[in-house]
Amino acid sequence: MRKILLYGNPNVGKSVIFSRLTGVRVTVSNYPGTTISYTRGFMKVGEEMVEVIDVPGAYTLEPTCEAEKIALQMLGTGDIVINVVNAINLERNLYLTLQLLEKNIPVIVALNLWDDTRHRGIHIDLDKLRGLLGVPAVPTVALTGEGIKELVETIPRATSPSLSARSSSERWATVGNIIDQVQRITHRHHTRIERLEDASVKPLTGGLIAAVVLVIAFLVIRLIGESLIGYVFDPLFDNLWAPVVLNLSHLMGGGGFLHDIVVGSAIGGQIDFVSSFGLLTSGLYVPFAMVLPYIISFYLVLGLLEDIGYLPRLAILLDTFMHRLGLHGYAIIPTLLGFGCNVPAVMATRILESKRERFIAATLVSVAVPCAALQAMIFGLVGQQGGQYVAIVYGTLFIVWIILGVILNRTLRGFSPELLIEVPPYRLPVGRAVLQKLLMRIRGFLKEAIPIILGAVVVINMLYYFGVFDAIASFTAPVVTTLLGLPKEAVTALLVGFLRKDVAMGMLAPLALSANQLVVGSVVLAMFFPCIATFVVFIRELGVMNTLKAAGIMIAGALLTGGILNLIL
Amino acid sequence: MDDRRLTTLARMQPGESGVVAQFRGGRGKAKRLNALGIVPGKRVTKVSSMLMRGPVTIEVDRVQVAIGFGMANRLIVDLG
Repeated sequence: MRKILLYGNPNVGKSVIFSRLTGVRVTVSNYPGTTISYTRGFMKVGEEMVEVIDVPGAYTLEPTCEAEKIALQMLGTGDIVINVVNAINLERNLYLTLQLLEKNIPVIVALNLWDDTRHRGIHIDLDKLRGLLGVPAVPTVALTGEGIKELVETIPRATSPSLSARSSSERWATVGNIIDQVQRITHRHHTRIERLEDASVKPLTGGLIAAVVLVIAFLVIRLIGESLIGYVFDPLFDNLWAPVVLNLSHLMGGGGFLHDIVVGSAIGGQIDFVSSFGLLTSGLYVPFAMVLPYIISFYLVLGLLEDIGYLPRLAILLDTFMHRLGLHGYAIIPTLLGFGCNVPAVMATRILESKRERFIAATLVSVAVPCAALQAMIFGLVGQQGGQYVAIVYGTLFIVWIILGVILNRTLRGFSPELLIEVPPYRLPVGRAVLQKLLMRIRGFLKEAIPIILGAVVVINMLYYFGVFDAIASFTAPVVTTLLGLPKEAVTALLVGFLRKDVAMGMLAPLALSANQLVVGSVVLAMFFPCIATFVVFIRELGVMNTLKAAGIMIAGALLTGGILNLIL
Repeated sequence: MDDRRLTTLARMQPGESGVVAQFRGGRGKAKRLNALGIVPGKRVTKVSSMLMRGPVTIEVDRVQVAIGFGMANRLIVDLG
């Protein structure tokens, strides 16, 4: 089967075009580096079925980062290239186009964001551009679908002019030459949105804007999450689901091995959705009524910030600070993703240039950035004791994040590379696109989490039943009780944290811990070890040796921090 | 010797505009700047810089690019 490759600079809309061509839904955001690995899909060209591959964004085929290395490697595997260029910035985009035209592969050019050229006063002579490049060029507006049909119809006419290879400065000279002939700019005044763009990267106004954005983001996430729990999910479980489970419990005789797995143990003669720990109680209540509401609210707000194009500005503001942790500002993107789920966060460290930086960023995320599932449980369980305890958990993790970053920066050889990023224009998020991305992420959560959670509940019940946990608990009791001040049963929760942190947090619920013990438990659980999904991705992205190193840091850091908290609280 | 007014991107004032003359830094960094179209002869306008040797934001071909202070300090710009 023939292969079509989508090439282009970062953040020009390749993934949107890919979705339009193949119907495959992919994550799309308004910042460079959203697509970190390639995605494949299929489409029909005439009668022929072809494979389409969304290649990570590249400025050049002489790689300067991980994504560009992948982009270069993939070039040899394709039969046709669709080169997506940003029509409002032809000057820079055509450099990659010329490099592609030097390769022996048929190319067509999609001039995306074509609608933006008009109100930016940019006039492009399409016929002349086609003539000078020697390949077909089609204007497109991927977000609305304009021009996609023409693009598909043009695919068979892709040609390879096989230009002779040139040096970089010769290429830039050719680009300048082409621009002089095909592009005319009419002057116009700064718009209000452009003034806001500028204000966001100035020290004083930028700091203010960042503070307002982050506070509003936090409040909105809380508000939506709490409202979903209070008005939707809790009433559903309490009024509709509880009677069903109670009836079932009676039918099953109110106890016994099977009963305990399906319904869970009755707490004080009652079904407790958090503490009972059966498949139909905690197994459903934890993922749906405690975690899902926060997954929805977090990813809605993150998606909006992503699509507006705010995140790169945050990277600029935090750059100086992040350098002290051995990172540069752009590392804030994997860090923020980590507050949703650590798995995509560790993968997103690919947008960072050096191995050292990726190791620091991934380790800091795994240690000190709690995922949405864990955070929801922290809010649910620790929050009952009072907001100040939640604040202590977050404050501790924040301090750990800084101290560990400074230590890693001082001890690891090498230095942190400097920030160099394109800052996308602000865009009004498109409602449908935001919802689509949200649904994708929710589906991802349900698909990944539900089987593991249900499996974990069964395994935990069986291990309890056969007394395995008791054996482990007595064995590790000295560490857990003396160092962390937790009851020895808490060790089972820490072990289960390796499977899923939300379930593990739920296991702390029936232990009747004091507020301070809950704080210690949450912090240790957050830091101790990544969940199995993160662990696997960590190995894949950074190798076994680095993962072992990071794991050592996690275990030592968790015990140390937990011990200190236990002493001072 | 000539009437060129050379300075560095780091020392330029926000709002000032000039033409890139030269990058006095390592090959790797030059390559990354090159890939973003920040090459000799290109007109750039400074938008802002962060405090405490923070990154510099510039506009080049209607697109904004943020550049770390170290690189901005080595990028020589001709204010003409």
